[in-house]
Amino acid sequence: MSSATIDLPLHGNGTQLFRKLRRLTFLFWPAAIVAFFVILGQQYQWIDVYPEQWVLPVQDWLNQAMKWLIHECSFGLFTFKELTRSLAWLVSWPFKLGMGLLVQGFDISFQLPLLGRIEGHLPHVSWLGVVGCVSLLGHYLQGWKLALISGGCFLYLAVFGQWVSAMETFSSILVAVPLGVLFGLILGIISYWSKTAEILIRPLLDMMQTVPIFAYLVPILFLFGFGPVSAMLGTVIYAVPPMVRCTHLGLQAVPDSQLEAGITSGCSRIQLFIKIKLPSALHQIMVGINQVIMLTLNMVIIASMIGAGGLGYDVLTALRRLHIGRGLEAGIAIVVLAIALDRLSQAITQSRRRKTASSKNEGIRHRHSLTALGLLFATLALGAEFQWIALYPEDWFISTAPFWDGLMSWINIHLYDVLNTLRSFLLIYLLVPLKKFLLGLPWSVVIAVLAYAGYRLGGWRLALLIAAAALFPAITGYWEKTMYTVYLCGIGVCIAALIGIPIGILAAGNDRLASGLQIILDTLQTLPAFVYLMPCVMLFRVGDVSALVAIVAYAVVPAIRYTLHGIRLVPIPVLEASTMSGCRKRQILTKVQFPLALPQIMLGINQTIMLALSMVVITSLIGTSDLGQEVYIALTKADIGRGMVAGLGVACIATVSDRLIQAATARQKLKLGLA
Amino acid sequence: MNLNRHTAQQTQKSEPKLACRNVWKVFGHRPRRFLARHDYNPSDQVLAESNYIGAARRVNLDIALGEIFVIMGLSGSGKSTLVRCMSRLHDPTHGEILFDGQDLSTVKEKDLIRIRRHKMGMVFQHFGLLPHRNVLENVAFPLEVQGTSKRKRLERAREVIDLVGLEDRIDNLPNELSGGEQQRVGIARSLAVEPEVWFLDEPFSALDPLIRSEMQDEFLRLQRLLHKTIVFITHDFDEAIRLADRIAIMKDGEIIQTGTPEELLTNPADAYVSEFTSRIPRGKVISAQAVMDPLPQTQDQTLIGEGSSHVSAEATIEQCAQQVFSQPEPLAVSDPKGRIVGTLTQEAVVETLFSGNGSRPEA
Repeated sequence: MSSATIDLPLHGNGTQLFRKLRRLTFLFWPAAIVAFFVILGQQYQWIDVYPEQWVLPVQDWLNQAMKWLIHECSFGLFTFKELTRSLAWLVSWPFKLGMGLLVQGFDISFQLPLLGRIEGHLPHVSWLGVVGCVSLLGHYLQGWKLALISGGCFLYLAVFGQWVSAMETFSSILVAVPLGVLFGLILGIISYWSKTAEILIRPLLDMMQTVPIFAYLVPILFLFGFGPVSAMLGTVIYAVPPMVRCTHLGLQAVPDSQLEAGITSGCSRIQLFIKIKLPSALHQIMVGINQVIMLTLNMVIIASMIGAGGLGYDVLTALRRLHIGRGLEAGIAIVVLAIALDRLSQAITQSRRRKTASSKNEGIRHRHSLTALGLLFATLALGAEFQWIALYPEDWFISTAPFWDGLMSWINIHLYDVLNTLRSFLLIYLLVPLKKFLLGLPWSVVIAVLAYAGYRLGGWRLALLIAAAALFPAITGYWEKTMYTVYLCGIGVCIAALIGIPIGILAAGNDRLASGLQIILDTLQTLPAFVYLMPCVMLFRVGDVSALVAIVAYAVVPAIRYTLHGIRLVPIPVLEASTMSGCRKRQILTKVQFPLALPQIMLGINQTIMLALSMVVITSLIGTSDLGQEVYIALTKADIGRGMVAGLGVACIATVSDRLIQAATARQKLKLGLA
Repeated sequence: MNLNRHTAQQTQKSEPKLACRNVWKVFGHRPRRFLARHDYNPSDQVLAESNYIGAARRVNLDIALGEIFVIMGLSGSGKSTLVRCMSRLHDPTHGEILFDGQDLSTVKEKDLIRIRRHKMGMVFQHFGLLPHRNVLENVAFPLEVQGTSKRKRLERAREVIDLVGLEDRIDNLPNELSGGEQQRVGIARSLAVEPEVWFLDEPFSALDPLIRSEMQDEFLRLQRLLHKTIVFITHDFDEAIRLADRIAIMKDGEIIQTGTPEELLTNPADAYVSEFTSRIPRGKVISAQAVMDPLPQTQDQTLIGEGSSHVSAEATIEQCAQQVFSQPEPLAVSDPKGRIVGTLTQEAVVETLFSGNGSRPEA
């Protein structure tokens, strides 16, 4: 078509109008489909509303399968349940060790010959010792600035009275992160070595990332029991995918020249892997580790639903009782912990790269580790004498909870009218009409139009995949809840895009704004999704509006980031050429930068959708009635089938939007000649 | 070429088309303040000690109307920075860029855009084509942004595309073209607005050697048709010799020497310049008048008779070598008016072709 538009000589207005009309032909078929179904729908009820008797009892099947797995599945010597429970037992040991070290201390009792029975209590590490060690690590990795930041973050936990909970969370992180990294590394390497494994692992990763975490908490609960260990395992499942991807990516991105150098130097396959590929992929792997840490922290609150204690538990209980102040306090503590761990792990990534530059490193490390050891023992010994060294005294706590509660009541008193007007306005003019429209759409029409879009963008295979994914919620009887999710998520994404893309464009043209924005975005990304809920509830009370605001706030980050990045990616020669062609700044933006950045921006929107979906599920805690609510109810009732099916419904939404956008992006790239 | 050189020399006395007056481009912390503090003339040592980088330093240039002016330097010598200062893609830190006597460095954004739209064209080393537009749309782009009607701009774009010989590839996207073809598009685009000054920033450096020399021929052919004022950047001295009316040699941000190729060869300013010139086949550059035995200047100099053999004073030694060796006696050398101004001996030719130490043979 594009060649036709250009080859045609331009005669008069008649042909031009005709060509404009021709461009609209792609709208013809969807319109025809909609009209067809709407007309038929008046005749046949089943086209409009999915008939109840057609619903397949997928939930029950899943429940039965699970029952079989738990009660009957056996490997001869031991049953499946015994296997999982012993796994849990295995993992519980390092966790107990961590808890003992950081929180509880160890009770020692053993029998010695001659001396008789010895009983005693070995105290846990002092808070001063932990703060000191973290600062030392920061200093070793990067210098005074990082030492101050990381030490300060941990000090905050002590001063604001979150120490015990934080250390409990910290010890579960100390176990979950290495586990996640290990699994991720292994899976990543396997998928790198074997094409078949890659084909098997990739959709699994997609599933792990798109199915809401809630959904697989239930089966984990059954297999591993209630408690911190199964919470940890759930966390690992959630945090592993980016590690796998990063490892795979890093190994694949090893430059050919390095491989060739290795091969011609006579490396065996294993040497090639250990001496060339792994070091070369190390940076990417470090990025993966950082991701694992951040996701683990993100999971802290949700994991407390199946038995994890610590900060997450504090937030959850506070939120359930609407103790906003206390919840915020614990939530901020999670953020603080996240910031400290994020900075430290990023510093590791960078210091690895610098390592070869300085040779005095070795001495410094020993000095640091010796100081740390000395500090630990000193505080331990002194802690036995002075209670305040062992445990931060409660009298010294500073609590911000009253402040937050006060702020909230102030807001409720003084801003009530403004916020309420805003809330009602959004509800009446945006949320409710759109909800009605989406819920009123005949299911068959939606599926047909989506499939048609898939066909146009990617051919028959994509159309089939999308039709199948869109059909799943209908078949399982969750159509309405799914559309409700789509509605909340859809509005959220639209608003996030409308806010995020202009900000990204602005920042791309302004270095100072961009670097300031970078810090804000980094911080926003370290916040666990849950934390967003609290201020929203503070301002808008429970309900759809709060949920919407939380979704927008959470999902806007990738929209900004990808826009900024996409515009920055436009090659300088192209920009210079446009300037020399006499473009104004605005013309450069509209004619060069924006079209070229479009594929990146679309990827950003795709990420925005994913984040919005994960937030939608969480917002069920504040009273939305979408698929997330269904999963949440299933969790409280321990109904595996219900939870899994609703969870898969969310995954279906994610799949449809992801595949459609990916296909559209690929097409756009091809059109831009970038592919 | 020789024709061009002639016109260039004639116009040189009048006002230059484009000129740089003490132009500085300094990178570092608040470079303007730094320059002001050092009286707009900091020494190399001061620059280095204060951690500033002088990408262009005290540059003075006069570029005449219709001249091909080549700026030659190795990578990092500041030639790209300089040409970007001239086109105001970069703002010079200090100094004047005079375009028809108007100082570009103080011109307002709006006027600058107007000048770019009508008087400047630029070709880039890495082409800078818009990947989402086909050849025709790329070439029409400068006209599009200044608001030319679609019919007019496409018509004009077709003209320029014909000029660079790409009429068959009009619908192709840039990534479907070879490097040489892409650069032809870049050239066509820069010519679409009929610029007065044409900047070419290493236009052929990214191309294969064979394509490069083909494009150089093409470039000379275009210039014979168009007579633009050209600023041409290259790191390739052969290319500079081949194309230039005059060459400026740049090193560490400074212009070391400016002159015709022949002047650079016969009279290099320093060791750096002679290093470049030593590898150049001298016969291709040095003209007959530079090594001939001049005839005493008299009032009525002999005019060349019909049929008698002679060479033009501006012909290169390589061009006239065969003729010199086809007769035992020295060959007559004539000026453009047909008067004999000197004679060229076989010894002078041999010495020019095979000496190569850069010193001028004694006449």
